[in-house]
Amino acid sequence: MPANRFNGFTEYGIGIGLRATHYNHILTRKPVCDWFEIISENFMIDGGRPLRILDEILEQYKVVQHGVSMYFGSAEKPNREHLRRLKELVKRTKTPWLSDHLCWGSVDGRYTHDLLPMPYTFEAAKLTAQKVREVRDFLEVPVAVENVSSYAEFHVSEMTEWEFLNEVVEQADCGILLDVNNIYVSSQNHSFNPLDYVNSVAAERVAQIHIAGHSKYRKYILDTHDHPVIDPVWKLYERAIQRVGHTATLLEWDDSIPSFEEVHDEALKANKFLSSTLLATAV
Amino acid sequence: MRLAALQRTMARAVMQPLTSAERMQNRAPGGKSMGAYASRFIKPNDRLTSFERLEIYNRQYWFRLLSSMIEDFPGLRAVLGDKRFETMSKAYLVDCPSRSFTLRNLGGRLESWLRKHPKWAGPKQALAVDIARLEWADIEAFDGKAEPALRSEDLSSEAGAKLKLKLQPYLRLLELRYPVDDLLLEVRKEYEDTDFASNAFQERHKRKRVQAVAKLKPAKIFLAVHRVDDSVYFRRIEREEFVILSALRDGKPLGKAIEVAFRESRVPAQERAVSVQRWFQNWATLGWFCR
Repeated sequence: MPANRFNGFTEYGIGIGLRATHYNHILTRKPVCDWFEIISENFMIDGGRPLRILDEILEQYKVVQHGVSMYFGSAEKPNREHLRRLKELVKRTKTPWLSDHLCWGSVDGRYTHDLLPMPYTFEAAKLTAQKVREVRDFLEVPVAVENVSSYAEFHVSEMTEWEFLNEVVEQADCGILLDVNNIYVSSQNHSFNPLDYVNSVAAERVAQIHIAGHSKYRKYILDTHDHPVIDPVWKLYERAIQRVGHTATLLEWDDSIPSFEEVHDEALKANKFLSSTLLATAV
Repeated sequence: MRLAALQRTMARAVMQPLTSAERMQNRAPGGKSMGAYASRFIKPNDRLTSFERLEIYNRQYWFRLLSSMIEDFPGLRAVLGDKRFETMSKAYLVDCPSRSFTLRNLGGRLESWLRKHPKWAGPKQALAVDIARLEWADIEAFDGKAEPALRSEDLSSEAGAKLKLKLQPYLRLLELRYPVDDLLLEVRKEYEDTDFASNAFQERHKRKRVQAVAKLKPAKIFLAVHRVDDSVYFRRIEREEFVILSALRDGKPLGKAIEVAFRESRVPAQERAVSVQRWFQNWATLGWFCR
């Protein structure tokens, strides 16, 4: 199950997000790291330093693309310029799969630059799946959709979030980037049992897993990616790994970013759960 | 509510400016109560009302976009002051919401918007426009396309005055009324220092920044914003250099570009050939010509 058609039949281990603050460390010290995830939009440019650094990283490391503005769930056509630039980047990185979020964020060509929550309706699932297929066919690379953290729910929803996710990925025949921190954040904000979510996801479609930290406020939790992973999220990760197997795992840390070693060490804590899964498989 | 309608309804609220206390407005788009507007499509929960849940997104939208403006236009912020810069940015983003998948392009319409709306910069309008132009040129030069540099063997010996030379796409040419290049470098130096600075140190630098802006007098400059080894530099050039390069960029042949440059030039006739030779040598060394 870990290597599947949704992640290009790869067996990636534990990676971290490639962030500018770590460029110098990575290029001069060349630390061991299974793979890096890049934010596609940061490199969908014509030239200059970001692309030169990316090329240097690509010479030595495995890189997977992760997007933040495809907005599969927006009720408008994909932006052609976005797709053209994304395809150029896919050719450059040779990413074995590509992910973006199960959300919306643009309306009538205006962008919010946020990951806005979907109404969980059959109409939305159908439209979103259609767009995922269109994007995948254009890019010619497997696509995985990521569940987002959310702070609002809609009256029009006709199913749970995990039912919606399964509906979309079945209709689109695409992969899942399962973000267990997002599941935790949303479970706290919407009062559901996060294990119900993890236990219901179409395990055979999981291409990758995200882990991250978040910030707790008095009445809600925000997905800020600026803290270590908390124990309840590791527990969800453990359960996810039991269901999906030894899957490519990525730690996101986007704000108040500590040293490379600190971020990488935090990510490597996932090994504890991955190795127990390997043992269980061996037994 | 259908998907498209729901998304339009929510986006209108999310993109509506915050109050001065950085909260969501009580009035929804259209003038009705925002509480009623939000509860039409967002469920409340045991801790948050529909209004409060929508407000999270409204605040995130503005915090994210204003942060991006601050990051991209530190010089303009220094010119206008923090408060006026924030008010100006909000007005700009209401008139010119992002139409790009990347925040990199957020400030792309700022220069033209500032020209049309002089009230936001008040008496510093010309200075504000100049520094906004420079900061946008800096963004474009940073990640603009670089073509392979022109080699001597690429030049046709027969072309002569009809030769057409192509400039690197990342090269930006600016005619400015204020020497804002020095100001921007000063502002950036201050930002670099603040990472480890004490409060007192920061205060001294803030005063220095204000003084730097206050003493800036109009003085026309011509600037090439370019790239060397992936770093962006501002190079002051002479008026004639600016005219030649601009003409080449517009596709004019070399002979015509030089002719236009010296039409109203103060460079003595006997020095022109030497000057042109020197300029071309510099431009070629900097890799400004491409194939």
